[in-house]
Amino acid sequence: MIEIRWHGRGGQGAVTSVEMLALAAIEEGKYAQGFPAFGPERRGAPVMAFNRVSDKPIKIRSGIYRPDVVVVLDPSLVGLVPVTDGLKPEGTLIVNTSKTAAEIRKALNYKGKLVTVDATHIAREELGVPITNTTMLGAVLKATSVLKMDAMKSPLEHRFGRGAARNMSAMKRAYNEAKPAKAA
Amino acid sequence: MAKKKTEQKKWPEKWHEVTPGCMVFEPGNAANYKTGSWKAQRPILDKQKCIKCGICYIFCPEACIQEDAEGFFVADLGYCKGCGICAHECWPGAISMAEEVE
Amino acid sequence: MGKRIGMEVGIAAAEAVALCNIDVAAVYPITPQSHIAEHMADIIHDGRIDAEFITVESEHSSISACAGASATGARVYTATSSQGLMLMHEILPIVSAMRLPVVMGNANRAVSGPLNIWNDHGDIMPQRDSGWICLFTENGQEVIDLSIMAFKIAEDPEVMLPCVVNIDGFQLTHMIEPLEFPTQAQVNKFLPDRKPYATLHPDNPVTMGCFNMPDIFTETMKAKDTALWNSKKTIVKVFSEWGKQFGRKYNVVETYKAKDAETLILTMGSMGETASIAVDEMRKAGRKVGLVKLRLWRPFPVEELRAAIKGAKTLIVMDRAISFGGAGGPVATEIKSFLFHDKGRPRIVDFLMGLGGRDVTVEDFIAMVERAKKKKDETYEYYGVRE
Repeated sequence: MIEIRWHGRGGQGAVTSVEMLALAAIEEGKYAQGFPAFGPERRGAPVMAFNRVSDKPIKIRSGIYRPDVVVVLDPSLVGLVPVTDGLKPEGTLIVNTSKTAAEIRKALNYKGKLVTVDATHIAREELGVPITNTTMLGAVLKATSVLKMDAMKSPLEHRFGRGAARNMSAMKRAYNEAKPAKAA
Repeated sequence: MAKKKTEQKKWPEKWHEVTPGCMVFEPGNAANYKTGSWKAQRPILDKQKCIKCGICYIFCPEACIQEDAEGFFVADLGYCKGCGICAHECWPGAISMAEEVE
Repeated sequence: MGKRIGMEVGIAAAEAVALCNIDVAAVYPITPQSHIAEHMADIIHDGRIDAEFITVESEHSSISACAGASATGARVYTATSSQGLMLMHEILPIVSAMRLPVVMGNANRAVSGPLNIWNDHGDIMPQRDSGWICLFTENGQEVIDLSIMAFKIAEDPEVMLPCVVNIDGFQLTHMIEPLEFPTQAQVNKFLPDRKPYATLHPDNPVTMGCFNMPDIFTETMKAKDTALWNSKKTIVKVFSEWGKQFGRKYNVVETYKAKDAETLILTMGSMGETASIAVDEMRKAGRKVGLVKLRLWRPFPVEELRAAIKGAKTLIVMDRAISFGGAGGPVATEIKSFLFHDKGRPRIVDFLMGLGGRDVTVEDFIAMVERAKKKKDETYEYYGVRE
């Protein structure tokens, strides 16, 4: 079972990301959970959302404290929110940033597996808005191989209708442009 | 198991005789409950003064005042509880309350 | 069987109810039930089902509207949580007294004060004595299945009682997980049209919601109590019918690795699934631990509980609610009462836990089993409270 924690700001679609991932996994015949950090939020406030994906039925209903993957949707959260808390030593951190991997490592004092991608840039170009949730799904798929890219097609269409195509492009670009950095 | 309505006892005594939800299937049977015995005073109508406005009919909380064939509004003493509201509201003062006698 | 899809459980609850050919929904939104209310309104507004959505101004009105609609023979649904359920409190015993088969979804949430929107069972416990059938769900699939079954149970002529389906707020309502919906044809086959015992109609006047004097009130109460106890037969029957038609068999008390267990954990609601993982881990470490899960809370399934705990030395009850200044959590207190005279009954340990949305992990269950070993008496304890 893989556990993923997403960091974003309210209104950036972190909950949509976990929904898309969960739906895609379920369509593939896997078991999945997608849920937000429960509570009242407002636009702009730092939020978290979570996924579990497994080939076996998932019975755990508690929160996720030791994720295998942490995804940071908004670059401004680095240094603001303890995004690496609980991340397993062999886990992967995926950050939306225009900075280099070295700069991120320094800012977070992080030595583990790291993937960076300038999702904001991709989203602006492909979607016209700096909403990075679907874009970052591409980076997650690359870093974890949890699902195939094709599995995302149906949930995106279900959620975005005609907008699915450009979200798919953004996702594919992030998949291609995501830069894995070796452990320091 | 809920009994058929036709099998319901009129005045249930034992717990299993109580109708489901205490439903009452005889419509309007509140009329069986004669509250006239509650009154300590009874309304007396002076037909000379009565202008047949119907204000007493509207105000009676028991809804026991009825219009008779001549258009006068008369309380049904079988239900009248003697509250005196009709006398209090009557404009021409045609209704007075008298002590209920044995 | 329907297609396996991912959906948020709160939305799924509304979709399941929509399959039930309801006539009226009067739902007032409150976190964390709000997705149920919103989606129910969407479904009806979009004309997907032929029903009336009554936009009421409070939960007191929503339950009153449901009672009134149900009295005319309509199949009705409402949903609420926490303070909303507390606001309905005055009407709940009236709905059961009038023998109206209203179905309610309750998104379990802590009761104020202080104000807390997160999951615990503190909202349904004060309604324990209201005479409603009370079911608990453990996962999204159960929410769909039990919501549909609730109508069949409530409307059965041997029952005619309202039924509340408890859904852990946020933990279940806001969880996206794999679900299977029955088809409309399958639900139509399982759940026929309601045949009301009596209806309010000008052509056949009856009086419902009467006044009652001291000389008959006791008999009326026994009649209602007896009806609630007798409803268990129908609940078991409906669970069995569902199992035959859909392949998912439910029991009023579920057990997991309980047969040879020396120590049993007892849960209600979604924490039972997390507890099962804790049981697995403890079993791997060679400890004889098992799990008992109450699906039915009212009427209390005492015979099934006795059978489930037979042979166990310790029963650790996980109470997600409190009765201040009393004997402890409602579930443990209930069980202690029932088992008081039983020879050879297990030692009962009562933990108040998971209050106000405090997360309950696999490690917490293991820790509570450890703590129970050390505990010398049967007083209740707040697990994890910072002293």
